[in-house]
Amino acid sequence: MKAFLNIVSRDLRLALRQKSDLTMAVLFFILTAMLFPFGLGPEPNLLARIAPGIIWVTALLAVLLSLERLFLADYEDGSLEQLILSSTSLEVAVLAKVLAHWLTTGLPLILAAPLIALLFNMDSDAMTILLIAMILGTPSLSLIGAIAATLTLGARRGGVLIPLLVLPLYIPTLIFGVGAIDAAMNSLEAGAVIANARPHLLLLGAILLVSLLITPLAGAAALRQSVE
Amino acid sequence: MGNSLFQGEDLTCIRGGRTVFLGLSFNLAQGQALILEGPNGSGKSSLIRMLSGLVRPKLGKLLWQGQDATKEPEIFQSHIHYIGHRNAIKPVLTVLENLAYWSGKTKDDPSLDDALDHFRMLPLKHTPANLLSSGQSRRLTLSRLLASERSVWLLDEPSVGLDVASVALLEEVIKTHRSKGGSVIFATHSPIHVENPNRLNLQDYSPLYNKELLAIENDEESWI
Repeated sequence: MKAFLNIVSRDLRLALRQKSDLTMAVLFFILTAMLFPFGLGPEPNLLARIAPGIIWVTALLAVLLSLERLFLADYEDGSLEQLILSSTSLEVAVLAKVLAHWLTTGLPLILAAPLIALLFNMDSDAMTILLIAMILGTPSLSLIGAIAATLTLGARRGGVLIPLLVLPLYIPTLIFGVGAIDAAMNSLEAGAVIANARPHLLLLGAILLVSLLITPLAGAAALRQSVE
Repeated sequence: MGNSLFQGEDLTCIRGGRTVFLGLSFNLAQGQALILEGPNGSGKSSLIRMLSGLVRPKLGKLLWQGQDATKEPEIFQSHIHYIGHRNAIKPVLTVLENLAYWSGKTKDDPSLDDALDHFRMLPLKHTPANLLSSGQSRRLTLSRLLASERSVWLLDEPSVGLDVASVALLEEVIKTHRSKGGSVIFATHSPIHVENPNRLNLQDYSPLYNKELLAIENDEESWI
């Protein structure tokens, strides 16, 4: 546990000292999402209708941008070898690194999401569901992405491979993330919002649990392979 | 065999389909120094990585205190320090933060100061590591050896980038380590002086340099 917190705090400190890395994902998210109203024209109903999809797709791409640096720096400077040799279990270390990644990319995205939602004229019920869906969904994005990040470590131009590996695996999160908000927007009675969105949110939770289980195992195996 | 600490029997390393070395055996006792020699590409780094447990041997056995540890390098990994070509230094962290992280100690631990002092890095304690020269980075990496105590040191060309005075510091540190019963295995091209070392020339085990092995290798490949 101490080793886990040690890795998390080191990665957070590294991210805070390299602010460009930290702000890149969230700035990308905000700027890209802001382009759509300009491109589609100022029609409030249309914007509100497509907002869930745009927010999720841009969030997903923002996470994608940040994935390469998750393990690459450690791989290149030899830290990874030392991490594997250290007494910390590698599975725990992978989880710690993913948590740090989520805190520096997923969490800022969640904090920025209400701003984008306002821009798209989303009502407050839908916004609440959006936040819940993102809290459940963005950790899965980091977890699934981490597998791809570890698998591409030895490859030349691994950064190009990551989207190919990851985007198909992100589709379920995207579908249920958008589905939850759509269900909330389409519910007629105020009380039915949560009930309508519930199945989607539960599925997002299921994806999170499965990836929480698989990522440490697959990630650790891929890391061991990468230094051989 | 009574005092044998770390032992390898008939080790074979195959990387990327090429046999790097085969049939290599060694025996390391407490307090011993083993110097790996051989031309470029003869497998010194591969052997050191194998001994650290990063690379598994294709054939042969690794024994730690007589116990077979080939499949479970975890048995000995908590007793070794591995220093490879790369320094594992984070440029945005200070010298002290880098050292504290790898030794698993808090920054106010006095043993960290001691370790830095041995390699004359104490004045640079609070300097961000991206301002260090390559020799200073190497000295910071080497001070990891002292920040936490491990019985076997595996050093892959530890003196790269070091000036003459720093090599002398390294020699002194190795000497103290051995006098306390520690052992060291290192590969080097520039001379590092230690008292009565054992030597292992990788050239003898490499099919690249030892043509007799080439026949065996081809023979074995037909088996595989």
